[in-house]
Amino acid sequence: MTRPVYINGIGSVSAQKTFDNASFLEDITHHSDTVLNVISPDYKTHIPPAAARRMAKGIKMSMVSTKIALQEADLEENKIDAIIVGTGLGCIGDSEKFVMDIIDNNEQYLTPTRFIQSSHNTVAGQIALGMGCKGYNFTYVHSAISFESAILDAKMQLENKEADYILVGGVDELVNHHIDTHRLIGHIKQEPVETMAVLKSGTKGAIFSEGAHFFVLSSEKSPSCHVELVAVKTFNNLSKNQVSGKAQTFLEENNLTSDSIDLVILGYNGDIEFDDYYDELANGLFSNTAQVYYKHLCGEFDTASGFAFWLGNKIIRHQDIPEVLRLNSVEISEPKTILIYNQYRGENHSFTLLRKC
Amino acid sequence: MTELKLELKEKIIEQLNLEDVSVDDIADQDPLFGEGLGLDSIDALELIVMLDKDYGIKLADPKEGRKIFESVETMATYITENRSA
Repeated sequence: MTRPVYINGIGSVSAQKTFDNASFLEDITHHSDTVLNVISPDYKTHIPPAAARRMAKGIKMSMVSTKIALQEADLEENKIDAIIVGTGLGCIGDSEKFVMDIIDNNEQYLTPTRFIQSSHNTVAGQIALGMGCKGYNFTYVHSAISFESAILDAKMQLENKEADYILVGGVDELVNHHIDTHRLIGHIKQEPVETMAVLKSGTKGAIFSEGAHFFVLSSEKSPSCHVELVAVKTFNNLSKNQVSGKAQTFLEENNLTSDSIDLVILGYNGDIEFDDYYDELANGLFSNTAQVYYKHLCGEFDTASGFAFWLGNKIIRHQDIPEVLRLNSVEISEPKTILIYNQYRGENHSFTLLRKC
Repeated sequence: MTELKLELKEKIIEQLNLEDVSVDDIADQDPLFGEGLGLDSIDALELIVMLDKDYGIKLADPKEGRKIFESVETMATYITENRSA
């Protein structure tokens, strides 16, 4: 029999003030833009200045998110057996600077700092260096299923007794060149949209953003733990008419039906070209189930589903669904079983199942 | 020389991301490594590249760097004597 996987600690740095685990979306920051930057915690209180000066934004966000998750799990850093990170673009800011240095300086005078930080796995590496973890260190770069790939790896390792405590997370940072190119190809909305109007924008593209979401997973349930990770499954390609069937099969594989789900978290991002993937579930299989969305708050990025994972944990923990998240008015007395569905531009779909424990 | 020292301090702060350090915090004779500014080996590489790129000075022997990068004063002296850019 495989071991259960508990979520003992959660940490988030996002476009909302989520770095304070004591509160749960009590103070919503309303944006009106086409790109959203994170609300930065005071990095200096978490990272020594000498170390921080060489860290890209993505690393700083991840370090803080990690520390919050470890603090909540009440776990010493040296207990972590493995560090697994999902990222769509890594520390793309330094990658861009490094490439620009190559061009501007005619392939001469390249400095080490930007090179070190221009690899995708620098986040997992820096976290490991910071905590002196010499265990398994892996980075998944799988577009919009990067986070789920990391979670799946951690889950399998815990189930198979290859590790006892795993730090797993997703991170992506927003930088100018990335914004410019994605605006040019129409993946970012052309006009600013107010936070609560994202779903009604009626335009193509999404509001881009950034964030870091880290979690301490273990087969040992900590006193602070409220949530179990039941299952996660990814698909690179699904057509719209396959989504409901795949969701149903996913539930059946876990001995559940759509009636067993108390709440679905859907990754609607206001892109009129691709939001109908979510409609398949919202108007079909789960039309009588409570539904929430979140990308109006945290924006779209490759590991935005990390925010959904954080959200599912918070909803179960607080037994509360903030109104700002609601897609419908179906009432539930006690959210126990949550299904998360995410995709980006019709590709890289994921289903994640969380349960109160 | 005074201008060059000021320029070096500004470049060190900018290129090494010394966010909390101002030009006034760096005295001409302060050690750059160890107990002074606390720079490390990666910073040394950044400074070697800076000498080459901004002042046209290539360090043939990296061990020379130990003396050259002792302080802003020693850097300025070396640059004044060897600069080609």
